[in-house]
Amino acid sequence: MFQTVALSGSRGERQLFSDVSVTVKPGTLLAVVGENGSGKTSFLRMLCGLLYPDRGAILWQGKDIRQLKELYSAQLTYVGHLNGIKDELTPVENLTVYACLAGDDSSGEIVQKALEAVGLGRQVHRLPTRVLSQGQKRRVALARLWFSSRPLWLLDEPFASLDTTATSYLTNRLQAHLNNSGMVVVATHQDIAVPAELVQHLRLTR
Amino acid sequence: MSQPSMSEALRGVIRRDLLLAMRRRSDVAMSVFFVVIVASLFPLGVGPEPAVLKVIASGVLWVTALLACLLSLGRLFTADYLDGVLEQMLLIPQPLAVLVVGKVFAHWVISGLPVVLLSPLLGLQFGLTGDSLGVLTLSLLLGTPTLSMIGAIGAALTLGLRGSGLLVALLVLPLFIPVLIFGASAVTNSLAGIGSEANLSLLGACFLLSLAFAPWATAVALRIALD
Repeated sequence: MFQTVALSGSRGERQLFSDVSVTVKPGTLLAVVGENGSGKTSFLRMLCGLLYPDRGAILWQGKDIRQLKELYSAQLTYVGHLNGIKDELTPVENLTVYACLAGDDSSGEIVQKALEAVGLGRQVHRLPTRVLSQGQKRRVALARLWFSSRPLWLLDEPFASLDTTATSYLTNRLQAHLNNSGMVVVATHQDIAVPAELVQHLRLTR
Repeated sequence: MSQPSMSEALRGVIRRDLLLAMRRRSDVAMSVFFVVIVASLFPLGVGPEPAVLKVIASGVLWVTALLACLLSLGRLFTADYLDGVLEQMLLIPQPLAVLVVGKVFAHWVISGLPVVLLSPLLGLQFGLTGDSLGVLTLSLLLGTPTLSMIGAIGAALTLGLRGSGLLVALLVLPLFIPVLIFGASAVTNSLAGIGSEANLSLLGACFLLSLAFAPWATAVALRIALD
């Protein structure tokens, strides 16, 4: 179980959100919504442990993530606003490196399968990521989710620049993760086609 | 899920950074040419008097190595910071300091090692011979990793700031001074026929000290930069 307790965050002088208490149970999805600049990205980065909250705490299985440190990092997969892939490397190299560092299985077959699952055929596997389109780059970044066996996924605008096909791939993958009693936190502007009883919304307002 | 060992992650980072350097060979070539050109400018400016060149050789070559390291520091974290890879690295379930050691080692292989390998040739250009050439190479071999280590702290502290190139120089150049003094005097002493062991030992000590503290300080600075 994943919890935030009276979480408050600010950027510089500006208060973004305060006293956010929310609980994400296994098998459920938390959709973080709000206007541009309402602090969705900051909220997600805070949940990752990249930003420090002004007040409040983030609890993983009842323990503060600041105490858990690497033990907590080992539980989450974060796909941020930035894709986190190197333009000079091919999609395969990008994912292999990531999987190797993150401690996921980085064998060639698994990486190939993940790329095919997001609809990137073999013809692009060996191209430098630089020549791919925005949507294809996003797909490479999201392909990480296909070999992630971690319970908590934190996704920042995952549907941005995806076409309808890729959107449905991702929705299916999220559904599969939830069925597997995974937890998902998504910052998004659009509705996600998973059963409404599994979704709770958190609206960030200034 | 199998937990990767620290050494696996360390190897992963080094392999990745070297692979990236291979894809951007021009960057590596530039720092090599920089060293060669700067070191070659001095004989042209000072004049070809062998006695004079011999005296200034160690200082010139060491300052050149120092500047080459400084120039390449911008590449250490900036690209990873801009495309979000650094963010992902911070979330890897390994101590960040270990990943920093990997990155710094790769940085040294790309920017420091070529200088070390070129130094006998550049030394010859300044009329150094025999023992003093060996001491020059050895002092650079011991000293350049320290420069990369210290430089990493500066690069991490100035990450994402405007005009960070100049700021890095102001931050780390003063910290390079001990390494410069010990390195250059090792060669001077060897030329004068005094043993250079003391200076080389001090360079080794500097390296061990920086290996113990710099990765940790860099990791803290990176976390602050991404906050």
